[in-house]
Amino acid sequence: MSIALKRTPTTSTPPGGGAATDGLPLAAPVRENYLTSGQTVKSWLLTVDHKRIAILYMISISLMFFFGAAAAGAVRVELTSPNGQILSSETYNKMFSAHGILMVFLFLVPSIPATLGNFLVPLMIGARDLAFPRLNLASWYIYMAGGLMILASLFLGGVDTGWTFYTPYSSIYANGNVSLAIVGIFLAGFSSIFTGLNFIVTIHKMRAPGMTWFRLPLFIWAMYATSVIIILGTPVVAITLLLVLVERMLHLGIFSPELGGDPVLFQHMFWFYSHPAVYIMILPSLGIVSELISANSKKRIFGYSFVALSSIAIAVFGFIVWGHHMFVTTQSMYSSMVFSVISFLVAVPSAVKVFNWITTMYKGSIEFTAHFIYALSFIGLFTVGGLTGLFLSSLAMDVHLTATYFVIAHFHYIMVGGALSGYLGGVHFWWPKMTGRMYPEAPAKLSAIILFIGFNLTFFPQFIVGYLGMPRRYHFYAPEYQIWQVLSSAGASVLAVGLFIPAAYLLWSLKYGKIATANPWGAVGLEWMVPSPPPTENFEEVPIVTWEAYEYSPHDALLAEDDRHDMPGTPSESQVKTQSKAEAGAPA
Amino acid sequence: MDHLSFRAPAASTYAEDVDKLFFALLGLTFFFSILVAGLLIFFAVRYRRGNKVDRTRPLTHNTLLELTWSVGPLVLGLAMFVWAAKLFAGVFAPPKDAKEVYVIGKQWMWHLQHANGVRENNELHIPVGEPVKLVMISQDVIHAFYVPEFRIQRHVEPGRYTSMWFTPTKEGKFHLYCNMYCGTQHSEMGGWVYVMSKSAYQKWQVSGGARPVATGGYTSPNGAPSLTQVGYNLYNKYQCNSCHSQEAVQRGRGPSLVGIYGKIRTMQDGRKLRADDGYLRNVTFYPNEYPLAGWPQGMPSYKNVMTEEEVITVNAYIKSLGGPGSKNLGNVYDPANGGSLQTNTTGSASSGTIGGMTGTGSGSLITNQTVQPGPTSEDGGNLDPQAPAANTNNQQWRYMYGGER
Repeated sequence: MSIALKRTPTTSTPPGGGAATDGLPLAAPVRENYLTSGQTVKSWLLTVDHKRIAILYMISISLMFFFGAAAAGAVRVELTSPNGQILSSETYNKMFSAHGILMVFLFLVPSIPATLGNFLVPLMIGARDLAFPRLNLASWYIYMAGGLMILASLFLGGVDTGWTFYTPYSSIYANGNVSLAIVGIFLAGFSSIFTGLNFIVTIHKMRAPGMTWFRLPLFIWAMYATSVIIILGTPVVAITLLLVLVERMLHLGIFSPELGGDPVLFQHMFWFYSHPAVYIMILPSLGIVSELISANSKKRIFGYSFVALSSIAIAVFGFIVWGHHMFVTTQSMYSSMVFSVISFLVAVPSAVKVFNWITTMYKGSIEFTAHFIYALSFIGLFTVGGLTGLFLSSLAMDVHLTATYFVIAHFHYIMVGGALSGYLGGVHFWWPKMTGRMYPEAPAKLSAIILFIGFNLTFFPQFIVGYLGMPRRYHFYAPEYQIWQVLSSAGASVLAVGLFIPAAYLLWSLKYGKIATANPWGAVGLEWMVPSPPPTENFEEVPIVTWEAYEYSPHDALLAEDDRHDMPGTPSESQVKTQSKAEAGAPA
Repeated sequence: MDHLSFRAPAASTYAEDVDKLFFALLGLTFFFSILVAGLLIFFAVRYRRGNKVDRTRPLTHNTLLELTWSVGPLVLGLAMFVWAAKLFAGVFAPPKDAKEVYVIGKQWMWHLQHANGVRENNELHIPVGEPVKLVMISQDVIHAFYVPEFRIQRHVEPGRYTSMWFTPTKEGKFHLYCNMYCGTQHSEMGGWVYVMSKSAYQKWQVSGGARPVATGGYTSPNGAPSLTQVGYNLYNKYQCNSCHSQEAVQRGRGPSLVGIYGKIRTMQDGRKLRADDGYLRNVTFYPNEYPLAGWPQGMPSYKNVMTEEEVITVNAYIKSLGGPGSKNLGNVYDPANGGSLQTNTTGSASSGTIGGMTGTGSGSLITNQTVQPGPTSEDGGNLDPQAPAANTNNQQWRYMYGGER
């Protein structure tokens, strides 16, 4: 569809930092951007600008994260004692359920796609907005409706089913606001579907001229793979939870054997979504890390097509491994074997990514920015999380470890060590672009390191206590596990410090941060060619892409940081080659 | 916080095998983690900005490298898969001589029934070195029976039986957990597995095991009735015998249950089902869904009449009536003897006692009747042979339903 145009012969250096040598004119110093284009509350609540919706989402998910983290805090405090001295068992169960539901459905699933994805997808592919801007706004409203319902269900009585809602407990036996929570999750699911649909259509139809599939930034590949999972998987969990609701309210037998249903059917349907959901959470982070490693090494990503296609492979494999959550149920031995072997196959594209990132750094020119530290800790933690996944996909081993703290540790390495590190890395990397301000580098580096230490201190002991056999979701536990739980809780407080520091300096930077240039990191990519923050319409003229992704020149690698910061204001107009025929609305 | 332990004792044959796999996986994890972390740090330091190193001819792709790190993990992963899958297949193949214990999970306790009639709550006493097979069902939500020292667990589901087995190798007291979240007191749903020496187990069986254990159901100083005996009583209490003959000869409105355990049964719609514990349970609870070919379906549902525990007990009795499946279960029935029940009673001196129990109508699990315990065999797992004999005294079906079929 798009035609790859040849770069105009007057330019010999690629975009990015190389622009400094072009000697092209300075841009106007002050111009309207998406943040200044309307200051009223109404202008925010009725905006259809993907960048503003991204900000709305960022505020909302941060709020949900705060509630989810508070619930985790209660759990960790309670677990310092094996006899549970502060909370009742009922409250404890509601706390871990609230933690899981909030973190999974309202933070992790929307985190990167709805914030960084919303902000960056059009910018990175050279579009002026997503394909369906109103649908995008609707998705935020639906998210808020679902989110508030879930919060209401948690605050007005609570839910004690765990985030997994296993039947027949959730459908027949559980008290509490299960129905309201389910409706909330159902709605939040639709907000994901809207976002996913928007991304797929946008990536297919709205790429700038010359932006071929294999010139796309890897973040876009990751968002594309994520979107496919979202629109294929989310309807299934929506239906599943609706069926739980039907059984709960109308007593129609679906999952409860007392009513003639099958409880294992629920698990199949639930994990058919919820395993791919893990990849909804981690794939965007994998995309971000590809960006961070390349930008901080000032070098084209190694094995671009392998990294791009490994995202697709992970998405495909992700859909056919759900049964590995069910090795100790009545699932047949042969089904379990098939699910096990496919689960091992997921290791391959994951390993491909990790080794390609490492090799990208080889002969790079590496700058130790805060987001680079996040990327490094992501790779380390993702590697440990992935390798411990092999324990759980090993059938005989899983019979011992499933539903113990080993599983908790494993998926927190992926979800927190992976997805959250990736998200924070991405937020730091694109913060200047989103806000027009620089964050202070020193506290950022410090907090990234604190976070890494706190994370490991929190979750590594859980591997040990899981191998010792401590079941998850236990309020009272055997005294021999206490030392590991205390260590874990101590780690959680370090982790909390590592999260409060960025919250503080990022908010501080909004007012007092150094004004950001268009391209403070000297990175390549269309989003760095527009001013920071970008104007409402992103690109005054639709860019024509004539270069490959991550086309860093050796010159970029040698360019000193100070030189870049002294660069003239907005290189966007100077770098983006335009073509008068490729006007707005006709990019393809 | 008494001591620092990194490893739970491995107390079953399976645990020893699994731990080998565990340490292999651990080795793999350490190798790759250190490799990745080492390379990351090395490259990050060596190629840091400003460090004067050779950066000429940087690589951007290399298919050979890509293949190396695709195929390498693939081969290692497949090797691990095969190792783990082989071990896992063993989980599904209990030895034929495994001692059966029935497990009922309910919010929030475990109830266990030994074949010899001993009942326990939240505790399981077993002899060391002998395979044990648990047949489990839940009365409400999903639970999971987990003994970390045995490295084994299985879900306990409502509506169908699951089983797992293990051979304990170490004497001691081990954790018994529910490891599937089941509601408010989930974390308190557990207890201990006591693995005892053979002699201690013998002693426990005749003294401690027969004394009121947790449930306090038995007051007999001489021992509890076996599961089969209790099942027999229930069989009569619920008047199963009014339709289902306990003799090889077919009488009554329903099929005789002699010799059916483990047989393939054909339904009216052509389904062929094996008459195992699950089948018997389902027929008891949902008879209309299992209309037997050749018979009019007239059996009422016992769904809200019998508990899971009672069904298990009656099943144990039906098993003792013989059938292709029952000889694997340590029962005494021998099809070589022509399926006649009387052959089973050879050597039993106490059949009259059982009949007397029935006569007094004390079919409930709580009984004060003195029951002669059968001679306990060496492994303690054999059923008492006397129970099936008693049915000859109990043929009121003739009067109730008008004769033979």
